[in-house]
Amino acid sequence: MLRLSLLPFAFAVVLLAIGCGGEPATEPTIAIHYSEFTPAVLEVPVGRPVTFTLRNDDPIAHEWIVGTPDVHDIHRVGTEPFHDERPTEVTIPPLSTLETTVTFAKPGDYAYICHLPGHEAYGMAGTLRVVEV
Amino acid sequence: MRRLLFTTIGVVAALVMAVQVGPSLAHACAGLIGSNGAVNLGRTTTLAAYEDGVEHYVTAFQFQGGGGEFGTLIPLPGVPSNVERGGAWTLQRLQLEVPSSERLELASAGFSALTADAEVLLTVRIDALDITVLRGGGPSVAAWATDHGFRLSPDAPEVLEFYAERSPIFLAAVFDGDAAAERGQVIGDGTPVHITIPTENPWVPLRILALGKQPDDRVEADVFLLTAERPALLPLYKPGLTLVHSDAATQSLLDDLRSDDGMGWVPESAWLSKLQIDSSAGDLSYDLAIDASGLSAPSPVAAGLVAPLGTAGLPETATLAGGAILLLVLISSLALRRSSSTSTS
Repeated sequence: MLRLSLLPFAFAVVLLAIGCGGEPATEPTIAIHYSEFTPAVLEVPVGRPVTFTLRNDDPIAHEWIVGTPDVHDIHRVGTEPFHDERPTEVTIPPLSTLETTVTFAKPGDYAYICHLPGHEAYGMAGTLRVVEV
Repeated sequence: MRRLLFTTIGVVAALVMAVQVGPSLAHACAGLIGSNGAVNLGRTTTLAAYEDGVEHYVTAFQFQGGGGEFGTLIPLPGVPSNVERGGAWTLQRLQLEVPSSERLELASAGFSALTADAEVLLTVRIDALDITVLRGGGPSVAAWATDHGFRLSPDAPEVLEFYAERSPIFLAAVFDGDAAAERGQVIGDGTPVHITIPTENPWVPLRILALGKQPDDRVEADVFLLTAERPALLPLYKPGLTLVHSDAATQSLLDDLRSDDGMGWVPESAWLSKLQIDSSAGDLSYDLAIDASGLSAPSPVAAGLVAPLGTAGLPETATLAGGAILLLVLISSLALRRSSSTSTS
């Protein structure tokens, strides 16, 4: 009676393989390829340190800036060429990987965006869902 | 600080052009008059000619004003044997020969990136234009551009890889704005360049024209082809790509072109094709492959319609998901077979 009872297991394998479902991540990896964030939607827990691994597979620099709309408004007109002083604002050089650790105090949706010229318009944005665990 | 811009343009792209030309031709072109009587073409214009295994590529780089430097990247089908100043009025003469008009049917065909440093194969200075021919993958060419103070647009990683998978040769043309100003060049003036490329696989880069543009931005360009015979082209039908002329080149045109500077290679007889591009940047995802051999077999790889053998093409997540789905199918198949054999035994 191995048969059809295997199907739920198989579905679980699929879901695990493509990274769907499960607990909010505390050590997620965000990859950048062809100027696109993967995943584009990510769930993390509120009130706990979350260490993000930011892997830039592109031969050009990118930014990962996460925050509320007013933060992004500032960066849309900002002139800082490089970000490395705030954990929520990181410049990732070409073909490199960085880590940054952030604790989110409030639940909610926060956009992460690359604010280098033209990158947001190109679609380089994602959503961070900070949720109660 | 250098002006960014390695973003826009490319080949054909960089460009609109301005060249020294006589007043009568200037009037006839009804073009924009630049400094020193130069005439600026209203559209990006390129000549790609293929003769005896050699592709001649003539285009122009437009001075966009300001000081500092700005540049353009052009993918090439092979290593150039020569890069020199282009003919003074070749592109304008071609525009006179074939005014934009109706659409013709295209001739029917029978049918990883490296990370090492880019290798500099050739450098040449033409007026205020510094030209460097590079060999390398997308990342190494991007690194070269970054090292030289340029910022690439967000679509550059994908576009450079698209080209590097087929040919690792790129030409970087960098305008020295200060030198151009000293030479009296004004915005819109251009420098014609003639690139000679021995290759058995001629193609004209078109996708690079959309580099740095938003998907809805328009790309307008004229591409003239001179080939020994009527060429077979690929793609045949694409939105915004129109064959507007396909006929034997007139003797007067060939004689005129041959009399321009550096154009002595123009043959005694040839077939002239003109393609107009009026496309959204998002639709311009291909190049123009040419088969002038008479075999009617332009390469879909050269046209960018299919990836070269041995290149991945699928993103990692898609591969993972595909693998997972395959696993699901295998497990389900196994379960059903087991179930079937149990019930029948």
